[in-house]
Amino acid sequence: MLSKRIIPCLDVRDGKLTKGVRFKGNVDIGDPVETARMYYEQGADEIVFYDITASAEGRGIFLDVVEKVASTIFIPFSVGGGIGSVEDMRAVLLAGAEKVSVNSGAVKNPDIISQGAAAFGSQCVVLGMDVKRVEKSEAVPSGFEVVIHGGRKHMGLDALDWAKTGEALGAGEICLNSIDADGTKDGYDLELTRLISRKVRIPVIASGGAGNPGHMAEAFVKGGASAALIASIVHYGEYSIARIKQEISEQGVKMRMVW
Amino acid sequence: MLAIFDYHAGNQTSVRRALDHLGIESRITSDPELLDRAEGIIFPGVGAAGQAMEELTSCGLDEVLKALIWQEKPLLGICVGCQILLDYSQENNTKALSIIPGECRLFNPSWTDEDNRPIRVPHMGWNSVQLKRDCVLFQGLEPGSEFYFVHSYYPAPPEEFVIGTTTYGRPFCSVHGRPGLWAVQFHPEKSGAPGLRILSNFHAYCREASDAQ
Repeated sequence: MLSKRIIPCLDVRDGKLTKGVRFKGNVDIGDPVETARMYYEQGADEIVFYDITASAEGRGIFLDVVEKVASTIFIPFSVGGGIGSVEDMRAVLLAGAEKVSVNSGAVKNPDIISQGAAAFGSQCVVLGMDVKRVEKSEAVPSGFEVVIHGGRKHMGLDALDWAKTGEALGAGEICLNSIDADGTKDGYDLELTRLISRKVRIPVIASGGAGNPGHMAEAFVKGGASAALIASIVHYGEYSIARIKQEISEQGVKMRMVW
Repeated sequence: MLAIFDYHAGNQTSVRRALDHLGIESRITSDPELLDRAEGIIFPGVGAAGQAMEELTSCGLDEVLKALIWQEKPLLGICVGCQILLDYSQENNTKALSIIPGECRLFNPSWTDEDNRPIRVPHMGWNSVQLKRDCVLFQGLEPGSEFYFVHSYYPAPPEEFVIGTTTYGRPFCSVHGRPGLWAVQFHPEKSGAPGLRILSNFHAYCREASDAQ
């Protein structure tokens, strides 16, 4: 029986973690490789890296980080942020990532999904979606709109339509981030998660709003998510991944408990 | 030394990194001489079965691989490498290597999971393996160990070649072969400590087999 996945997400700028990560022991604070190693050892099922670097130089440093991560952890990890072409995808996959996540790059140029799937296989291509609740309208009948640039730019694109389009173009997975829930720690947007996960046949990763393990259990059971993305709940040492998995497992959700 | 069979359709570098981590010497190669010198062969594969077979046959590497198996060189097939050891794959309607009988089939989306919902395809994530017979590759693994899978097609060899099964909607064969010739549908190089243990068990077997000769 397939386990539900717990996926910590690390934001990287110029090769360093952007958020101060507080850990006990001698982990180098801010080092993405050491942090990835720690989460790997704590039982993370996968890891996501978002590169928020703007410069070409920072990009090079980031690819070095990806290579080091690939030699350090032996679970799948994906890389997103600034992926705008098949060549960008190739660079991170060659550096050792399993999957590459396209977000605003795919909104601007949907063909990147099909080109990536054709070149590397659907299993490599994750469609990242940032979604905001809006008034239902003709353009956005579901009341959930795709946004880019951290939610600043509305695209007039319905989230459900976009998810189905992404699946049809060959995305292997959807990472569904609620801009409204992000940072609240009040739980995932279950309505959004359920809406999308029921209508596509590819796995959906719930993202945004995790404040405790119960929220993740809800995303799996009520939201129909296959995986849950987490960030601050583990970065600030509130919970270890092992404890999160233990608590979710006690609620009857299948977790990978041996690693 | 283990050879990682190079035919431009694999996750050779991920396998290589895992072996490096274990301190196992390896070469990514399609050179028949190096392959012959290796204690064992890892036959990886990602992507589609059709393309993998095309890469193999276009440069005659299918015959190289078959010759190695004839010589009883230990071999471990991974993912698409596991699938194309069979006769046939439904993926791209592909005639495969016929090293082990059977075919590879698409997951039936009408199968349902434990919540009675249709299974999602691909089967992506961590799942366990129930062993149907003893296998040295799984020696020393903790009960409840899980492995990372990502695939839409699954191998279906005859019963006598089924070593382990995994349940996704229904049980399917996730490990097949015979002693010295194994194929796993999951990715041991991406399955954390249990996966690394499988690779080191394979290496230990190859060592012994090579010393015995």
